[in-house]
Amino acid sequence: MRNPPKTLVIIPALNEEASIEHVVELVREHVPWADIAVVNDGSTDHTGEIIDRLGVITLHMPFNVGIGAAMQTGFIYAARNGYEVAVQTDGDGQHDPAEIPGLIRALMEGDADLVIGSRYIEDRGYVTPRMRRLGISILAGVISCIVGQRVTDTTSGFRASNRRAITFCARLYPHDYPEPEAIVLFRRAGLKVREVPVTMNPRYGGRSSITPLKSAYYMAKVLLAIFVNLLRRRPGL
Amino acid sequence: MLDHAMIVALGASVILLLVVLEMVRRRRLKEEYSLLWLLTAVALIVLSLSRSLLVALADLLGIAYPPSALFVIFIGFLMLILLHFSTVLTRLSEQNKRLAQEIALLRWEVTRLKAADHGEGATGGGA
Repeated sequence: MRNPPKTLVIIPALNEEASIEHVVELVREHVPWADIAVVNDGSTDHTGEIIDRLGVITLHMPFNVGIGAAMQTGFIYAARNGYEVAVQTDGDGQHDPAEIPGLIRALMEGDADLVIGSRYIEDRGYVTPRMRRLGISILAGVISCIVGQRVTDTTSGFRASNRRAITFCARLYPHDYPEPEAIVLFRRAGLKVREVPVTMNPRYGGRSSITPLKSAYYMAKVLLAIFVNLLRRRPGL
Repeated sequence: MLDHAMIVALGASVILLLVVLEMVRRRRLKEEYSLLWLLTAVALIVLSLSRSLLVALADLLGIAYPPSALFVIFIGFLMLILLHFSTVLTRLSEQNKRLAQEIALLRWEVTRLKAADHGEGATGGGA
């Protein structure tokens, strides 16, 4: 990429000892201009020791704070250190770092403040379990309705934010399952959201934080959070 | 005029009042969090002592047996206290989150500064 923006790639990691090193290597290979910050959200395996010797920015949470607060720590770092672009990519290898430059390009060329990599805009063979798929389409329907724009992959944690979005997230970011809620929050604050198609891999290691058991709770919590959001005053920038 | 249930209620409320006051005195309980407890105890004491007030209240709530009204009032106060605790908890967990984030960020700053310090020292020693 010519004249790449000052970029921070934020990788939230909870017990990702099997995949984190590989993910960092891939990010280095595909986004050589970026700084990498790994947020270790209270891992109980060797994730912490591994990232300490990878030469990345390490943000060790003193205990497990949840993905929302962990990601926000990355955004605070990005805001304080003047990054123009912050990319979020999972530590489990589900997202392909080769697609990060594409996300950044979409962010730079368009007028969007947040670019989301979506599995579902184009059929690229990503197989989702049926129940999860149902939940995802309900969520996508509700959120598309609220924000008045078609959003297909609301739970995708593969995203790029510009400076405006970074400073907003550093101040205000949802808690446990932040991705869908953040879309609504962004739109209400007047930030523009855009989706671009990406291919997602099966995981290299570890387990998804969303087990089938948690899915129902997840849906209820996210929908509640989104509706409560609508009852609040619009967040300022 | 006091029936058995009312005497028990009076005794329990007085004990509650004394326990809460003693805890505040020993700084085991902050004044801020004791207010609702004290209010609860005082309200229960007043209602246990004044039969006519309790009967009027029971009539208002459509409760046939006046001492039952005491329980309703008591539950109402408990709900208030619990709700108050929930808001306090929310505030504390938000502050807790912010502290955890600052610790993570400061820890990285310390790591970075130590490495820079170390690097300079090593270069100086080599030269």
